[in-house]
Amino acid sequence: MRARNYFVGAAFALLAGGMAHSALAQDIKIGEINSYSLLPAFTEPYRKGWQLAVEEINAAGGINGKKLVVISKDDGGKPADAQTAANELVSSEGVAMLAGTFLSNIGLAVSDFANQKKVFFLAAEPLTDAITWSKGNKYTFRLRPSNYMQAAMLVEAAAKLPAKRWATIAPNYEYGQSAVAVFKKLMSEKRPDIQWVDEQWPPQGKIDAGPVVQAVAAANPEAILNVTFGADLVKLVREGNTRGLFKGREVVSFLTGEPEYLDPLKDETPEGWIVTGYPWYSIKTPEHDAFLKAYQAKYNDYPRLGSIVGYQTIKSAAAILAKAGSTDPEKLIAAAEGLSMPSPFGEITFRKIDHQSTLGAYVGKTALKDGKGVMVDSSYKKGADYLPSDAEVAKLRPKD
Amino acid sequence: MAFYVVQFLTGLASAASLFLVASGLSIIFGVTRIVNFAHGAFYMIGAYIAFTLTERLSGAFGFWGSIVLAALAVAMIGVIVEMVLLRRIYHAPELFQLLATFGLTLMVEDLVVLIWGPDDLVGRRAPGFRGAIDFFGQNIPSYDLFLIVLGPVVLGILWLLFQRTRWGVLVRAATQDRDMVAALGVNQKWLFTSVFAVGVFLAALGGALQIPRDAVHHAMDLRIIVEVFVVVVIGGLGSIVGAFVAAVLVSELNAFGILIFPKISIILVFLVMAVVLIVRPWGLFGKPEAAARKTPGLTVNPWRPLTSNERLAAVAALVVAAMLPLFAGNYLLTVGSEIAIFVIFAVSLHFLMSVGGLASFGHAAYFGLGAYGIAFLAKMAGLPMIVCLLLGPLLGCMGAAVFGFFAVQLSGVYFAMLTLAFAQIVWSIAFQWVSVTGGDNGILGLWPSSWAASPSHFYWLALGVAALVTVALRAMVFSPFGYALRATRDSLLRSEAVGINAKRIQWTAFVIAGTTAGIGGALFAYLKGSVFPDNLGISLSVDALVMVLLGGVETVSGAVIGAIVYKALNIWLVSQTDLSKLVLGGFIMLIVVVFPKGIVGMLEMLAQRRRKSSPPGSPLLAKPIESAE
Repeated sequence: MRARNYFVGAAFALLAGGMAHSALAQDIKIGEINSYSLLPAFTEPYRKGWQLAVEEINAAGGINGKKLVVISKDDGGKPADAQTAANELVSSEGVAMLAGTFLSNIGLAVSDFANQKKVFFLAAEPLTDAITWSKGNKYTFRLRPSNYMQAAMLVEAAAKLPAKRWATIAPNYEYGQSAVAVFKKLMSEKRPDIQWVDEQWPPQGKIDAGPVVQAVAAANPEAILNVTFGADLVKLVREGNTRGLFKGREVVSFLTGEPEYLDPLKDETPEGWIVTGYPWYSIKTPEHDAFLKAYQAKYNDYPRLGSIVGYQTIKSAAAILAKAGSTDPEKLIAAAEGLSMPSPFGEITFRKIDHQSTLGAYVGKTALKDGKGVMVDSSYKKGADYLPSDAEVAKLRPKD
Repeated sequence: MAFYVVQFLTGLASAASLFLVASGLSIIFGVTRIVNFAHGAFYMIGAYIAFTLTERLSGAFGFWGSIVLAALAVAMIGVIVEMVLLRRIYHAPELFQLLATFGLTLMVEDLVVLIWGPDDLVGRRAPGFRGAIDFFGQNIPSYDLFLIVLGPVVLGILWLLFQRTRWGVLVRAATQDRDMVAALGVNQKWLFTSVFAVGVFLAALGGALQIPRDAVHHAMDLRIIVEVFVVVVIGGLGSIVGAFVAAVLVSELNAFGILIFPKISIILVFLVMAVVLIVRPWGLFGKPEAAARKTPGLTVNPWRPLTSNERLAAVAALVVAAMLPLFAGNYLLTVGSEIAIFVIFAVSLHFLMSVGGLASFGHAAYFGLGAYGIAFLAKMAGLPMIVCLLLGPLLGCMGAAVFGFFAVQLSGVYFAMLTLAFAQIVWSIAFQWVSVTGGDNGILGLWPSSWAASPSHFYWLALGVAALVTVALRAMVFSPFGYALRATRDSLLRSEAVGINAKRIQWTAFVIAGTTAGIGGALFAYLKGSVFPDNLGISLSVDALVMVLLGGVETVSGAVIGAIVYKALNIWLVSQTDLSKLVLGGFIMLIVVVFPKGIVGMLEMLAQRRRKSSPPGSPLLAKPIESAE
């Protein structure tokens, strides 16, 4: 099992007892942390994604001739454990930078650690706006489009709907709260005429879907914003379908188009929801084709969004390391700020102003095809187009 | 109006699902006194197996057959677990079985991912119950109606089983007084095994029946286990009717509560439990527990202060630990600090549990309050670290004073569950009060001042505090207060008869334990540089319990060893493998079987046996001489 943890490009060996491994002094090491045991549905494809990236990078000669090694740790979904792992990676393994994390609070904990210990940190997945804005720091960069960006993408489509009475259903934690807050704010700016008639906050992972669906239906909204995902989404959709909640109502939903969350729904996939996601089957760009081909050849499986995030995290890290030509954190920051690079979704840039990448997301509608959920009419939204103005960002982010 | 009726029915359907699982737990606890932490795991396995079977077998008979088959299969697993694991440890100290079932739960969580893969699985809908029934314009899923009928039917069957069969009579007798049942010549082994099988069957059935409405995934167990415990306790331990009423109460309050307070779900069950337990200390339908007739194992091996030699050994161990910075790197030192902090946390709970006989399931509350105390003082008041460290734990102290006052009015599992309820209430405040606590994003940037910033300095600080705390608590055990506390533990009646104000003594112990935990939490905040609601959470409370039980609950300071072993192993395994839960769970189960008195408890027993078997007199005589030297 350790073999899955320590992926060392071409070859690796472990000594029994476990601290030492084959990475040579001249290798460049990246320390990667994620919630592997807590969220395997997302992190397994994610791991496959970054492993593919490591393989490609080393096959192409590594980073300025040095081999790239990724040392990966599990955080078990706990911020305190993530910090222990980060400390081990930095203090014992001597990694050049930290990368990864899924949950927002873990991303923030590692980001704070990075700031304190002056280590470069590339956050892969955490969506919270705080990580680049209110609690941003100079050592932390973030790859995925933030809550704000995804909300802005959805609002663009949602504002065109005629619906005036809106209800929201979101998991009761930071991600759900901020997704709803941003969506409401942006939506009300574009459409001052709409009313927010109900909001439901089931605990994350513990939705009692029947009463929630019934309560939303009782408010009689014309449209619903959903932020739940994973098992909660499954329960919500099943109850909603049976009770006819979605009939004649528009639904706008965060993340639902991602294969991780859409595929389990199978033939119960609700049709016509406006969602963000990753329709890997209908993206026809040369960059994505190359990625898809390599991924399927290596794993004989289709990629999830996690695969893209994992792949691009390590690709980005490698690009930053290559440009810096050094593992000095200050030089890495200088190299990363404003750096553009290719990605399976097209070119992305790490912004100097808030260290957010301009990776975008696909917005489309859900549909049923051969008993499976798919995204149709999807189009790529560039991240750069959905961020607030520089002046606003400067106000949001503390000075370094 | 139609809406309220439908909402009520929806609540009943939720209640039925909850009741099935809770009834099993209640029966198991009533008879065997096992706090079956693995009940959620059996529920989850039931769902997984039913998923596999329903995918294979088609048709109505296939579906319903699969559900029953899955529940039977899991009941068989339960029988094996009971016979191989639990049967060996019925005579272990109270709550030790919790450790075994906790280990099992950890293993199952990893095993289901290995067997069924990481993706969420969505099973078939029940044949004949796919749609909904129109009720004055509102839709009621027909499956909900099925569950609403099923709940009372199961209740009825169980009632008949208990009232009308010989087995049921034995079960009820054992629930009331199992020693007496044993004395009357009933084969307890098979009674316990059969009860465990029935309980597990109900859990698995509850899980299997979720397939048409839920997704099957590897975290299902945690989602339900705490809630089910709460339902059982609200209803009154061992009372099936109580479990049913409690399930309905909780589900209906949730169904209607969310109409007014959409965020209530996160805390509702705990609020209800706290209120019920304060008003009715044995739950709605429970009866006061019969006075325990135990001859505590404690009297067999009386506690004594350390001998001089043992003191020297302890000091030597401390000196060796203090020399760690001479050869260890920063990472090991930070891990060392973390272990030292958990030693503080574990000994604080140990003090309450083994000296006071009060097992708290919510001890993390005071640890976390200490950590939040630091966060408020450092971030808002901007006080220097040394002041924060002195004042921060006071928040833990205050929390313990308030909650302890109510908690010590109860005893046994009711005490444990009330502490859990309080801990969850504190947790949800930290989680929800975003403007003050930062919600689940926590409070960041609490790094230590420069004098303690280097890993070696911080390690010495943590080690020093841990040593001080351990010595202070030990001294207290052998002080008049400690004797009084032990008296309340061993016999409440006798201690009161000799004029000990038991509640006040226990309350004081609770506050001492809470404050000590707060000290640990304060150091933890500085070690991690941040505070999260996690620091108050259930999993941390469970960790503390595991450390105490692992060390040995009947020992004076076993928690020190328990904390070191558990924490070190945990950190190492998480770092080395993704299957840390599987390995750790297996290790815990092994320890449980090999060391049924905990690690230190077992060592003490071995030492004592050796003393007894050696020629009489020599070690006993040697002791005063050694001390004299």
